[in-house]
Amino acid sequence: MSETHRKLAALAAIWVVLVCAPLWMPLVGGYTALGSRVLVLGLAAMSVNFLLGFTGVLSFGHAAWFGLGAYGCGLILKFIALSTPLGLLAGTLLGGVLGGMLGALIVRRRGVYFAMVTIAFGQVFYYIAFQWSSLTGGDDGLRPFYRQPLHLGFTTVDILQNSTAFYYFVLICFAAAVALMGFLLRSPFGRTMLAIRENERRARFLGIPVEMHIWIAFTLSCFFMAFAGSLYALVNNFADPRGLHYSQSGDFVMMAVMGGMRSFWGPLLGAVVFVVLQDYVSSITVNWQIFIGLTFVVVVLFFPRGLLGFLQARRRG
Amino acid sequence: MTQLILFNVTNGLIIGAFYVLMALGLSLILNLSNVINFAHGGFLVIGGYIAYTLEPYLGFWGALVASPFLTAIIGLAIERVMISRVYGRDPLYSLLLTFGLAFIFEDGTRFIWGANGKPFAIPAFLSQPLSNEFFFITGYRLFMVAMVAVMVSLLFLFLRYTRVGIRIRAGTLDLETVSALGVNVRALRSLNFAVGIFLAGLSGVLAGGQLGLEPTMGSGLLMPSFIAIIVGGVGSLPGTLVGGLLIGVASGITAAVFPSASEAIMYVLMAVVLLIRPRGLFGEEGMLT
Amino acid sequence: MSRNSVSTKLDRRTVIKAAAAAGVAQFASPFVWSARAADTIKVGMIDPFTGVYAAVAQNELIGVKFAVEQINAKGGVLGRKIELLVEDSANDVGTGVQKAQKLIDRDGIQFLIGDVNSGIALAIAQVSNEKKVLHVVSGGHTDGITGKDCHWNVYRVCNTTKMEANSVAELLFNKYGKKWHFITPDYAFGHTLQEAAAADLQKYGGTMTGNELAPLGTNDWSAYLIKARAANPDVLLVLPQGLDMVNCLKQVAQFGIQKQIHVAGLQQELESLEAMPPEARIGTWMFEWYWKQPGVPGVEKFVADIRKRSGGKVPTARTWFGYTSMMTYALVANREKTLDSVKLAKALGNFELPADVKLQPNKCYYRKGDHQLMTSAFVGEAVEVPAGDPEDLFKVDTIVAGDKTSPPESETGCALQWPA
Repeated sequence: MSETHRKLAALAAIWVVLVCAPLWMPLVGGYTALGSRVLVLGLAAMSVNFLLGFTGVLSFGHAAWFGLGAYGCGLILKFIALSTPLGLLAGTLLGGVLGGMLGALIVRRRGVYFAMVTIAFGQVFYYIAFQWSSLTGGDDGLRPFYRQPLHLGFTTVDILQNSTAFYYFVLICFAAAVALMGFLLRSPFGRTMLAIRENERRARFLGIPVEMHIWIAFTLSCFFMAFAGSLYALVNNFADPRGLHYSQSGDFVMMAVMGGMRSFWGPLLGAVVFVVLQDYVSSITVNWQIFIGLTFVVVVLFFPRGLLGFLQARRRG
Repeated sequence: MTQLILFNVTNGLIIGAFYVLMALGLSLILNLSNVINFAHGGFLVIGGYIAYTLEPYLGFWGALVASPFLTAIIGLAIERVMISRVYGRDPLYSLLLTFGLAFIFEDGTRFIWGANGKPFAIPAFLSQPLSNEFFFITGYRLFMVAMVAVMVSLLFLFLRYTRVGIRIRAGTLDLETVSALGVNVRALRSLNFAVGIFLAGLSGVLAGGQLGLEPTMGSGLLMPSFIAIIVGGVGSLPGTLVGGLLIGVASGITAAVFPSASEAIMYVLMAVVLLIRPRGLFGEEGMLT
Repeated sequence: MSRNSVSTKLDRRTVIKAAAAAGVAQFASPFVWSARAADTIKVGMIDPFTGVYAAVAQNELIGVKFAVEQINAKGGVLGRKIELLVEDSANDVGTGVQKAQKLIDRDGIQFLIGDVNSGIALAIAQVSNEKKVLHVVSGGHTDGITGKDCHWNVYRVCNTTKMEANSVAELLFNKYGKKWHFITPDYAFGHTLQEAAAADLQKYGGTMTGNELAPLGTNDWSAYLIKARAANPDVLLVLPQGLDMVNCLKQVAQFGIQKQIHVAGLQQELESLEAMPPEARIGTWMFEWYWKQPGVPGVEKFVADIRKRSGGKVPTARTWFGYTSMMTYALVANREKTLDSVKLAKALGNFELPADVKLQPNKCYYRKGDHQLMTSAFVGEAVEVPAGDPEDLFKVDTIVAGDKTSPPESETGCALQWPA
């Protein structure tokens, strides 16, 4: 089987698994709501990876845009209009635009310093969400709002009560975002990002405006992140400050690393493993945090290429 | 009103001194090894709890002296076994590693010492306020400031006048050359890390006396340290010192006039510094770009 | 290069083996919560077992587990044993909602208990309401749960902030003075506490000399205490909870504030008092339940039973919340001979708790209009040096009945909507 055939087969397999999830999940002790959650968090991890794995830029405060997306969506649904698509749009814009603005400020920094500053930014938003309780509900979170049924003209889809319908809605959104992401990565822009990741100095010598590209990549990943955040608000029917906290960012980065940073689908796999692991272990023991911490440590020390990287290396010999 | 402001500035300096101690340890590790030690708060908590465990046997002073050393030994072990493996790699990995360690520390302390807070007893003569007028300056706070001052001086002397200290400083500027000159860089990094953790452990004991001990207290004290470093300038220890005091004072003054913003002011300061002078007050251009 | 990869592979294998061994050991250890069986009635409990509320959550769990033991010993509910499924909400709303969905969708629980964190309690109440599962909020205090956010399937055991304020306010006003100064934690719940107390102050005709809003997690309270002292009030109300309260009171004691101003507050807990150094145990407070109630039937036995199951420690109010929440379900289900949520929810209106569950002198019942348990407030003083038992850190002066401290149903803002 040639490389392209293998890739297409793998792609087809992934989509089959995702589309049939409501059927096989209950058999392995899962539940449909978990599937929706995994998709959303997987999308967030892939958004982080868009920046981290494909551009080589470490943003450790990326949950800020995720949380902003959630709040944007929630605020619309709660105060302005009972419309799911509008909520999604608003959330995506809020996170994406603010991300772009702030990104412009820090794009000259790299490495550890960049990471630290992104953490600090995230914490600023966390703090605002926490304190501005009249708007955001503060510590209690933004509530109540509910995902609204979709009026598609010929039919109305109830995504509130029907978890299967909601899962497919999330899947469609996920597919759209992922398709766009793939398209961008395959474009000349995407190639330039890879070049910058591999050797920034050389890229600069070639006349590529490196800062501009990094800023664009950063902003795009913020938009994807905010979209994921808006979906998350719909999954939970609320938004809360923890979605903005750096520990949430840490989780996303971990998912990307666990699954495999250099691969497109790696973060989704990482999200599956992480969410399922956390869900399962926290039901068994109260000391689940030690397990999660150990997982971080073990992955970083022994499986830095992530699961997919490990499997690929195995295959190559 | 002026009296109120004066009180709060003094208070702010005392708070700031504490932040300085935490931030210096974090800064040392960051500068030499390029590692953001997310577990720094965890080491602080461990330092506090070790002192709590030792206190019945060694008393307050014994625990104060012993705990930072024990914490530093734990830090050294972790550095040797885990953190040293990720030095050459992308800073992402050390970040995730220390992040995972922070989880383990928090849950570990909860597992060993229980979830409920523990009171940490300080000698009675330190608990008294200085005077009726300056009732908010207790002996213990002065003691904390004194400890910080002593530590900062010792650190300065260490880095300036001892051979190891000079090597560490040289290492933050150009580690490759230092290695080429025949210095054992591995040992240097380990020692540097241990010193940083020593400071974290000491902070933990001091914090325990002031705040009591609780497994989740580490993460709350981590962010101000970050901000102190960013404001003061990444890569500069005097900068961290100034940064810590600055945010302490800013926080103190804000608490007097606009209390709900007393935490936000730190972030505002950070944002202002980043906009106007991104390298920080004392930072050098090009340090850890 | 190859030498490195070989050694890494060996390390990897060893690591995996070690991890597997550790995993197995953990699952076999006493921290395993439950084994899943069949033909039992499944009851779910969601609480923050990690995070800042871990201590109180663990006490709640002890209470719930003890109740399950007792219920099963007497034959269970309608002849079937209760199986308790416990989940950690990790003090995170998202996780709480996820666990609620899991417990209901996958595990098929008939009854839900939780959460201590008000925000999470509200969020999972939404889920339980959607899925029509009977839900008792054991320890989340925000008024909305039995107020404007009330649901037909949700009942609450612990006090509302208004109940807490009302229980203490009169005593403070009459005994200590008219001028009050507040230190309030700056988040939604803190504001509610302060507003409730301030409303009472105004009702009695007192004055508020100031309200210091302190961010959550404040370590240093001197700025607020400096201002408070300068304002020269009669009473200083310390409203922060948990670790913040411990630190604030420590600093109050260190500065000697209590020598000029009487210190007080609303809710106080044994967990917090135990975390304080003795000199910080000052002030007038209310407890939601206290273990030392001489002469009240059932209490001594309860204390002894819990001591056996908690390593010698006495039950706290939280233990009692957990116990009461679980017993409520068993009692009402056995009486009504049904497991139907709607029927049980209707039956719980005005349901009175028997003596061996309420463990307090006054009548204790769930109010029909807002689903709030009318439980008593134990008003008293913190004790610096315990006289007898080292855990007797609170001296109870009066026990005020719940329906005296609670505003009438019409004022809670609760409008129950029953399913058709």
